[in-house]
Amino acid sequence: MDALDVARWQFGVTTVYHFLFVPLTIGLSVLVAILQTLWHRTGNERYLKLTKFYGKLFLINFAMGVVTGIVQEFQFGMNWSDYSRFVGDIFGAPLAIEALVAFFLESTFIGLWIFGWDRLPKRLHLAAIWAAAIGTNLSAYFILAANSFMQNPVGYRINPESGRAELTDFVAVLTNKVALITFPHTLAGAFLVAGSLLVAVALWHLIRNRDSADTPAYRFAAKFGSWVTLISATAVVITGDIQGKIMTQVQPMKMAAAEGLYTTESPASFSVLTVGSLDGTRELFALKIPYLLSYLGTGDPNGTVQGINDLQAQYSAQYGAGSYTPIIPITYWSFRFMIAFGLAAAAIALLVLWTHRKGRTPTSRWLLRAGLVMPLLPLAANSFGWIFTEMGRQPWIVFGEMLTRDGVSRSVSLAEVLTSFTAFTLIYATLAVIELKLLLRYAKAGVPDVTPQPDTDDTDDAERPLAFAY
Amino acid sequence: MELTTIWFLLVAVLFTGYFILEGFDFGVGMLLPVLGRDDRERRVLINTIGPVWDGNEVWLITAGGAMFAAFPEWYATLFSGFYLPLLLILLALIARGVAFEYRHKRPEASWKRRWDAAIFVGSIVPAILWGVAFANILRGVPLDADHEYVGGLVDLLSPYALLGGATTAALFATHGAVFIALKTVGDIRQRAGALAVRLGVGTAVLAVTFLTWTLTIRASAAAVVFALGAALALLGALAAARVRREGWAFTGTAAAIALAVATLFAALFPNVLPSTLDAAGTLTATNAASTPYTLKIMTWVAVVFTPIVLAYQGWTYWVFRKRIGVAHIPQH
Ligand code: HDD
Ligand code: HEM
Ligand code: HEM
Repeated sequence: MDALDVARWQFGVTTVYHFLFVPLTIGLSVLVAILQTLWHRTGNERYLKLTKFYGKLFLINFAMGVVTGIVQEFQFGMNWSDYSRFVGDIFGAPLAIEALVAFFLESTFIGLWIFGWDRLPKRLHLAAIWAAAIGTNLSAYFILAANSFMQNPVGYRINPESGRAELTDFVAVLTNKVALITFPHTLAGAFLVAGSLLVAVALWHLIRNRDSADTPAYRFAAKFGSWVTLISATAVVITGDIQGKIMTQVQPMKMAAAEGLYTTESPASFSVLTVGSLDGTRELFALKIPYLLSYLGTGDPNGTVQGINDLQAQYSAQYGAGSYTPIIPITYWSFRFMIAFGLAAAAIALLVLWTHRKGRTPTSRWLLRAGLVMPLLPLAANSFGWIFTEMGRQPWIVFGEMLTRDGVSRSVSLAEVLTSFTAFTLIYATLAVIELKLLLRYAKAGVPDVTPQPDTDDTDDAERPLAFAY
Repeated sequence: MELTTIWFLLVAVLFTGYFILEGFDFGVGMLLPVLGRDDRERRVLINTIGPVWDGNEVWLITAGGAMFAAFPEWYATLFSGFYLPLLLILLALIARGVAFEYRHKRPEASWKRRWDAAIFVGSIVPAILWGVAFANILRGVPLDADHEYVGGLVDLLSPYALLGGATTAALFATHGAVFIALKTVGDIRQRAGALAVRLGVGTAVLAVTFLTWTLTIRASAAAVVFALGAALALLGALAAARVRREGWAFTGTAAAIALAVATLFAALFPNVLPSTLDAAGTLTATNAASTPYTLKIMTWVAVVFTPIVLAYQGWTYWVFRKRIGVAHIPQH
């Protein structure tokens, strides 16, 4: 074990952790904004209750997204300083723009939204949540553009004197074809999580507490969430399919690693699962769908998909001796788990819609159980998707340009990284427990009472308690 | 003016904004156990910054992002070199940010006590460490010819750096006390005003010592002027606090912070991180910078978006301009 390994573990753990909160922030901000808009349009209190209820869950989650994000921002300099030197000319720009354009927008307007319930005119208050939602979704674009540069470097040249990458075309970086498809795929994945959360919480109340006065509100939330889940699942499959093709063009090794395909094949089949030796080189049993991998990778059922051995030989010739193969069992299984977990959530959403047909309200305990695990499924799918994307890029930190091991900070000792890794792991684990308990507590509490407070008129406005206070 | 100079100035402006804004957030956090005698009072204090603290923190994220984009070598060397202090700052900011949001989510007194502690520690630790970090940037640190930090943790803890830490902590505490006096009504307001005066005297002594010491290490004409201005602003703030002119007192502490940061950056220029070993290791605004193309794009982005950000952030402060007191805190 050396400093590099620990730095990698730390980056992986902290980023995956950050991305547990990010999808909910991205998705729920928009869904809460939609709920509040519905309240404005219809004046129906049911939507106000749902806005406040899910808004609270959103905020509990949001806090974690914020504090874990700061770690990400600092970590490039702290642990990957040679990487930061190498790509700073290109990579820093989207990060700075993200902060200036997106984070300010979102953090400021969330503050206005939280504390503005009785301070702002209604329309302005509604605009605040929309501004925050737009900021959140915008932030995803910039960070994904930065990440896409690592997957598929574009718009740069290598300065022969300094050996550093220099920006030549910023528009090319922002319109990287990988970024353009990663963005909708990631957003779709995020809405899948948010939709599932809506369903899970609503189902819990519907099934546990039948004939409550709030049943219509929960019924609406369950159906709305299910539709969001289903539409996102469709979007995730469509965008994922396109992404597969782009990935095959720019990182053929990743596609080969996704299948554990050692020899080039045309047509290539996709294995739903394989039982084999652990390193994947020997296959004992496999359930295969013919032509599917060719289709996923090339769009042509008979297309050629390059195998690991050929690519390894090609890269060794091109970049010098060494291994250019990612860890196959990880890429193979993370790719499958991403798809399976995400689609499982969609299946539950279908079931939920079915049980709501023609004004019915579900009563099944089994459905309740399925509903409770539902948000965990796309959350896991997102994590596996990222683990696949990032581990499948290895050994490169910037594909074709810099190896991960060359990007690590030279001046940071093993003891230092171990310290930080331990500290982050401990604080993150503690906070995970706290946040989960709080989410459950507030989810169980149900929709709030929104009967207006005895309306003190404007004369003693100055003495009226705040509608919301920390 | 050269693009690298413009970006040196912009990074200075971003850190100035950060220290002014999060400066009073830290101050409020540090004074929580001092001024908040019971739960309702502590809630008053926290709610003075409730709607704005996250937006204030984004100044840091933007400053970090701007350093990364405009001066990647500076960002890389500094952040890897100051590894453990930055780690502590991160841990503090994590605990503090979550604490604001979660403190009131359960009724138990023990729960609140723990988050209060997190707010206090999470505020005082970065308030000290930012001073330590900037003192080290100014004094210079051991960098080899590759601009890699070759010192250890102890190298960062010189008396001068520790004085820097004490100064920022005291300055932010005073700034926070003045801010609380400006934003509250009733008893808390009185106590905060009185505390601001007492803290301010100590702060003035620390700040004058620190800035004088700074100018003996590195100085320029501008730095001397800024340092004098900082001292005057602080004294003006003290005088205003004494007569309970809270708006002026706050303007004074904000100006003192701005001018103190300006002193450091003016003394530093054109270096961004001097090396105490090999002169070749010194990072300057030129050798740490990105290409002119990147700087030009970033300049356009900054020119377009900074005024917009300032406008809506300013507006937020205006929306929440009212003073609050215990009467405004809801029962639960
Ligand atoms: C709920 C989440 C979810 C679901 C159900 C899916 N994905 Fe996905 N996928 C992600 C969430 C995700 C992700 C976490 O958001 C990733 C990581 C990086 C990215 O762009 O999105 C990802 C990455 C990712 C990549 C790697 C891109 C790259 O490295 O360049 C491919 C090829 C696919 N996905 C393809 C698919 C296909 C064909 C799917 C279904 C049939 C699918 N994904 C379902
Ligand atoms: C939020 C979603 C993301 C997740 C879950 C994620 C996950 C990971 C994981 C698991 C690794 C470890 C790979 C390894 O150890 O070999 C890694 C590496 C890395 N990722 Fe990501 N990543 C995400 C997004 C990003 C983005 C957006 C960027 C850039 C802006 C990025 C930059 C990096 C870097 C610099 C490494 C280097 C460390 C390494 O390769 O070991 N990641 N990421
Ligand atoms: C590894 C690279 C990443 C970095 C450097 C990073 C940086 C940050 C920072 C600094 C924050 C806190 C913002 C605040 O205080 O308001 C944050 C939060 C957030 N990030 Fe990340 N992030 C990374 C990965 C991602 C990815 C891949 C996405 C989306 C696809 C994303 C989307 C968000 C969102 C939606 C939040 C919610 C909270 C907020 O913005 O305030 N982040 N991130």
